[in-house]
Amino acid sequence: MTPLHYYLLLSALIFCIGLAGALARRNAILVLVGIELMLNAANLNFIAFWRYLPADAAVTGLMFVIFSIAVAAAEAAVGLALIISIYRHYKTVNLDKVDSLKG
Amino acid sequence: MPIAFAIIAALTVVSAVAAMSLRNLVHCALCLAVAFAGLAALYLQLGAPFAGWAQVLVYIGAVAILIVFAILLTRSDAPSQPTFSRSWIVGVAVALVVFVILARAISSSSPVHNISEAPERPEPTIKAIGNQLMTRYILPLEAMGLLLTAATIGAVIIAMREPKPADAERKQNPS
Repeated sequence: MTPLHYYLLLSALIFCIGLAGALARRNAILVLVGIELMLNAANLNFIAFWRYLPADAAVTGLMFVIFSIAVAAAEAAVGLALIISIYRHYKTVNLDKVDSLKG
Repeated sequence: MPIAFAIIAALTVVSAVAAMSLRNLVHCALCLAVAFAGLAALYLQLGAPFAGWAQVLVYIGAVAILIVFAILLTRSDAPSQPTFSRSWIVGVAVALVVFVILARAISSSSPVHNISEAPERPEPTIKAIGNQLMTRYILPLEAMGLLLTAATIGAVIIAMREPKPADAERKQNPS
């Protein structure tokens, strides 16, 4: 069976891909996509640790993942609504152009 | 390294990189769906079918489609940015540093390295998960329902078309 640290390394790699995208891309939707990838990497860690480590309760790690998926769904819905609202105001989703609060 | 894990991991990483680096936004969303599918396959491989299918339903079925809709709704003809701008280099450099730190921490921790075999354990049935959700995790479940309701209402209100200033004035003093 695959050793645990392969899963951890894969999860770290996906997290960093998401981080790079969220920091580098200037499109608001792609920043949100990067955040979703980072959340998914955390979920993979939960499942891997749950599978490989002995636990007192049988489904603890799974519960973390289920609740995390639900929170991510709510976050995606609100985030995309905000982006659509921003687009309606500014006619762009480029984050460099949305700088009204800049001093 | 088992061959199945290698194939799924490579597919997931390649499509995640593509989702973050392609120029066409619709292609990005499709690559994102492939990356989510790869993660769902990893969950299934780890013996968590419920989480795997929940991932397929929620992420591929809802979040990816939502992102496609948002991309189509906010399409603009603005000229795209140059690929290698300053923020691009900074972002990739920060992510590389974070990855090196994480990888060093993972590969130098001996408790993690000694685990290569998962303990034999029966797969949790849907019945067991439901029992736990309805007994031990009932309060988080209720809070989650409240959060989802609030998020749905909030998203609808935020995205609702606001009246134009001219319309609002006309409504106030009809003449």
